[in-house]
Amino acid sequence: MKLKKNTINNLITYIMVIAAFLLCQWMLASGKMTRSLKGQLIPICVYIVMAVSLNLVVGISGELSLGHAGFMSVGAFSGIVMSAWLAGAFQMENEIVRLLLAMACGGVFAGIAGVLIGIPVLRLRGDYLAIVTLAFGEIIRNIMNCLYFSLDGSRIRISFNNPNLPGTILINGPAGAAGVDKISTFGMGFALILFSLFVVLNLVNSRSGRAIMAIRDNRIAAEAMGINVTKYKMMAFVTSAVLAGMAGALYGLNFSTITASKFKFDTSILVLVFVVLGGIGNIRGSIIAATLLTILPELLRAFNDYRMLVYAIVLILVMLMTNNPTMRAFFERLRPKRSKGEPTAKEGESA
Amino acid sequence: MVSFLRFFINGISLGSVYAIIALGYTMVYGIAKMLNFAHGDVIMVGAYVSFCAMQYLQLPPALSVLCAMVVCTVLGVIIEGLAYRPLRQAASLAVLITAIGVSYFLQNMALLIWSSNPKVYPSVFSVGAIRLFDGELLITSETLLTIFANIVIMIALTLFTGRTKVGKAMRAVSEDKGAAELMGINVNRTISLTFAIGSALAAIAGVLLCSAYPTLQPTTGSMPGIKAFTAAVFGGIGSIPGAMIGGLLLGVIEILGKAYVSTELGDALVFAVLIIVLLFKPSGLLGKPVHEKV
Repeated sequence: MKLKKNTINNLITYIMVIAAFLLCQWMLASGKMTRSLKGQLIPICVYIVMAVSLNLVVGISGELSLGHAGFMSVGAFSGIVMSAWLAGAFQMENEIVRLLLAMACGGVFAGIAGVLIGIPVLRLRGDYLAIVTLAFGEIIRNIMNCLYFSLDGSRIRISFNNPNLPGTILINGPAGAAGVDKISTFGMGFALILFSLFVVLNLVNSRSGRAIMAIRDNRIAAEAMGINVTKYKMMAFVTSAVLAGMAGALYGLNFSTITASKFKFDTSILVLVFVVLGGIGNIRGSIIAATLLTILPELLRAFNDYRMLVYAIVLILVMLMTNNPTMRAFFERLRPKRSKGEPTAKEGESA
Repeated sequence: MVSFLRFFINGISLGSVYAIIALGYTMVYGIAKMLNFAHGDVIMVGAYVSFCAMQYLQLPPALSVLCAMVVCTVLGVIIEGLAYRPLRQAASLAVLITAIGVSYFLQNMALLIWSSNPKVYPSVFSVGAIRLFDGELLITSETLLTIFANIVIMIALTLFTGRTKVGKAMRAVSEDKGAAELMGINVNRTISLTFAIGSALAAIAGVLLCSAYPTLQPTTGSMPGIKAFTAAVFGGIGSIPGAMIGGLLLGVIEILGKAYVSTELGDALVFAVLIIVLLFKPSGLLGKPVHEKV
């Protein structure tokens, strides 16, 4: 049986993720993992999902989004409220089910935010679209700073700009959520990565995915072929928002305290860096870049105060090396030659 | 009424700072078609340099501003030459990420040199204040100076780009790089010059910003940077009068919003207005509409 090139590529991605998970499990079981790395496991999963979902917008749909952290924050806070509500109102003990429902809830609310934001945003193009997504990211953060949630018996109370709520406060405006039940697990993070890969890879290789890429490559030609531009752009945008919301819920339930300022512009940019360094439109690249760049500051601990400086320099140098024609030609020469007609994996995917 | 006037004038003053920063963004965008995210951090460097010049070298304030301008100009040209010029032909997203890398670099460099403890910027420009309505309305000299600087810079830049040969070259490069090169314009030098002017303006903006809001730390530049970028887009990115109008409007909306709507939602209001404007005028207030060719 001869498999299609796409299928093989996707299989490699799945196998890579599963192998990495098994390796981590083995390291955890045999005590070879350092404490700091152990703490990074769930954030790595979260950032992988964020990068994969942002790649759907930036790489596959071709729109630069600078407000991805906004969806993450919606997901995180709705997930936290959901989890607390399930525990408080239904005495739900099973943490896995609670986490699943919280993630679903985060995904739904982020998806709603995605629809609301997508309607105005997707009318714009290019850098204007980018700045509006940035604006929405900041607006979401500002609004989160004014929202208060409390659990009063079995009811959730919400107020805007009014901290005096009856019951136990769940989310306290700018002070964020405190005393969150840390129910996130590494296994669930792994499951979420597989789920988002499944969604994104299947979307990309479907009729809708081809329509989305056709719009990216030439909007006018795609429109002339009868493709509904708004519908497909929206599909990519909202799918990405839902996945980011689920990742956000996982992230929010991994820490005992969390504030809205955690999801500011810098976080959106961080995820964008993963996507660009991993290769725009290259899902596997996003996964690798997200993993490496989340661990990198940890690995650079030896540099102490200089580590973020080194991080910045590495970032600039990598961009120069991969994008400058002269440097690129230099590195091409270093690589072992391949037979003609078979493009290298990177070229094949990024094309 | 008097309080409204006071907020309004504060808004104009803050807006003037945004406008000066936005000019740097808009000029660089117009000519190099790149979003220079490191611009906000050049502001911070400018403010620190002038702070050090006054605090440690005991220079007079005017001279410290000059110092900051020189350092920022050199910094801007170096950044452009080392980080952005090699990527002239690359995808715009690659340049954007590099700009973010430069921004991280500057912030962390400042963190190492000046530490994260906020420094209090001396109020050097407060010579006095104008009192109106029996002292109810107080206009500080910083406010006046900021507005005045804004007007001078605006006029100078308009004259520069409109009347001088170099300014004409800049406009030509932003219109069509290839054609400008064929006409004998040195594109690289013109782009360097644009970065130099933008960075010098950033230094002035840094000093003005810190004399109004005197806490100085390595992240001082990032939020005003983002807001000024918003202002540039608001007015139509690439347009010099647009940056001016965008900056002023943004400043006024922010201060009035914080005063009358909600302190927490002031920023959100600014961005909401931006979104509404872009929905009706997708290329900003004064931006040229882009026609698509099939």
